[in-house]
Amino acid sequence: MRLPASLSRRQILWGKTAVWLLCLAPLARLIFLGLTDGLGANPIEFITRSTGTWTLVGLLVTLSVTPLRKLTELNWLIRFRRLFGLFAFFYACLHFTTYIWLDQFFDPAGIAKDIIKRPFITVGFSAFVLLMPLAASSSQHMMRKLGRNWQRLHRLVYFIAGLGVVHYWWLVKKDITQPLVYACVLAILLAMRLPGFKISTPNKREAAS
Amino acid sequence: MRIIKPGDILPSDITPRETYLNRRQFMAGIAALAAAPAFAASAPAAHGPKLPGTKPGRFSTNEARTPFESVAGYNNFYEFGTGKSDPAENAHTLKTRPWTVAVEGEVKRARIHDIDEMLRLAPLEERIYRLRCVEGWSMVIPWVGFPLAELIRRAEPTGNAKFVEFVTLHDPGQMPYQRTSILDWPYVEGLRIDEANHPLTLLAVGLYGEVLPGQNGAPVRLVVPWKYGFKSAKSIVKIRFVEKAPNTAWMRAAPDEYGFFSNVNPRVDHPRWSQARERRIGEFFKRETLMFNGYAEQVAHLYRGMDLRKFF
Repeated sequence: MRLPASLSRRQILWGKTAVWLLCLAPLARLIFLGLTDGLGANPIEFITRSTGTWTLVGLLVTLSVTPLRKLTELNWLIRFRRLFGLFAFFYACLHFTTYIWLDQFFDPAGIAKDIIKRPFITVGFSAFVLLMPLAASSSQHMMRKLGRNWQRLHRLVYFIAGLGVVHYWWLVKKDITQPLVYACVLAILLAMRLPGFKISTPNKREAAS
Repeated sequence: MRIIKPGDILPSDITPRETYLNRRQFMAGIAALAAAPAFAASAPAAHGPKLPGTKPGRFSTNEARTPFESVAGYNNFYEFGTGKSDPAENAHTLKTRPWTVAVEGEVKRARIHDIDEMLRLAPLEERIYRLRCVEGWSMVIPWVGFPLAELIRRAEPTGNAKFVEFVTLHDPGQMPYQRTSILDWPYVEGLRIDEANHPLTLLAVGLYGEVLPGQNGAPVRLVVPWKYGFKSAKSIVKIRFVEKAPNTAWMRAAPDEYGFFSNVNPRVDHPRWSQARERRIGEFFKRETLMFNGYAEQVAHLYRGMDLRKFF
């Protein structure tokens, strides 16, 4: 199946609906498991892990839009990037809420101590705080208002994704397989942005000849 | 008290009605999983055969017990995977018969115990102990077993036996994750001889009055309730009496994070997280972690004069 080079307004709307449903599926799963006693022996750990995982996945999906667009030359992919980014922030909010509410139960002293003393929490918290201005400046209006500075600001996401992976890496007791997978994917996605990285597709070669 | 004679049917040979029913339940669970793969939750853990002749033992807590489903469904047993539900899913490959436990090293009576003979070594007791994992969660588990001291006494340690080393089965065919290098296999743990001889220290062969499930360390495991859970080696094949402190699996993996003693201590944090509080499985609010996991009265004297921050 070949995807069209451009999408109609209607197709974009359908596409965005699909992205919404896709991005809400992890939350729907958590609610379903919660209602059917399926979160296992340690439900709070399950929810924390799950929301954290989907934050990372959301960030990596957001970061894959531009390379994918270059590879496929499907420029409409960019129209879905903000949605993925905002959903990553949405899961980060759920993850943080789970931590301060279900895990620490609004114990300010405990939370402050954790953020200062536990490197993996320091890193995770920093990533969350840095995501806030990006989410706040994601509207068309803000894009116009910030002009070139918008892109400068939003390049922070590379650093934030890095912090997210480090947060996961430092948290695991011994088996680093999972964090390693996220680190590799992130490394590839960042490498594809380096100036020396040229993508040659069959289309391009055809066009050149 | 019921004494099992050699001719008797072994507990492991009996498949009681509940187990059949459990299998049916399990199959129903599988069907449900097939129907909703995206929403898959893990299947309930199967029960083992009953252990006859178990009598109540000393030191039991009267706190609410953690349900069997959690005790047998939420485990750390890296030989079967690092996820909490991995051991319950993967431990079916563990063959607990035939099984032998070698008692060797600095002892006058070194010998190899057959597991069924070991089950008859001393009367089986039920001990309801708290279990505190180094990760910050805890359970209350009704173990079945006998004091390790009973085995030590029969082995007659020499004067050189200062420590006891426990070695878990090393067989990647049965323990699939031993093919990975998450830890330096086999899993090795150790106790000082006075800790090993302490009446709280248990060789457990069951829980909830039933034969130990594979994921909980069948057929025989250690239970040291005042230390973090990882000190209690599972699926033991060798108990060795030695002069020097064994280099345990977790000490080799991360010496700055896991010490030889690893006594539960709310005042000494793990380098990466606090040990002051814990989540009892099944409870919403965290609770304060107690010194020596609440067994200070029984064990504090073992560490008198020791800097527990240095000897963590």
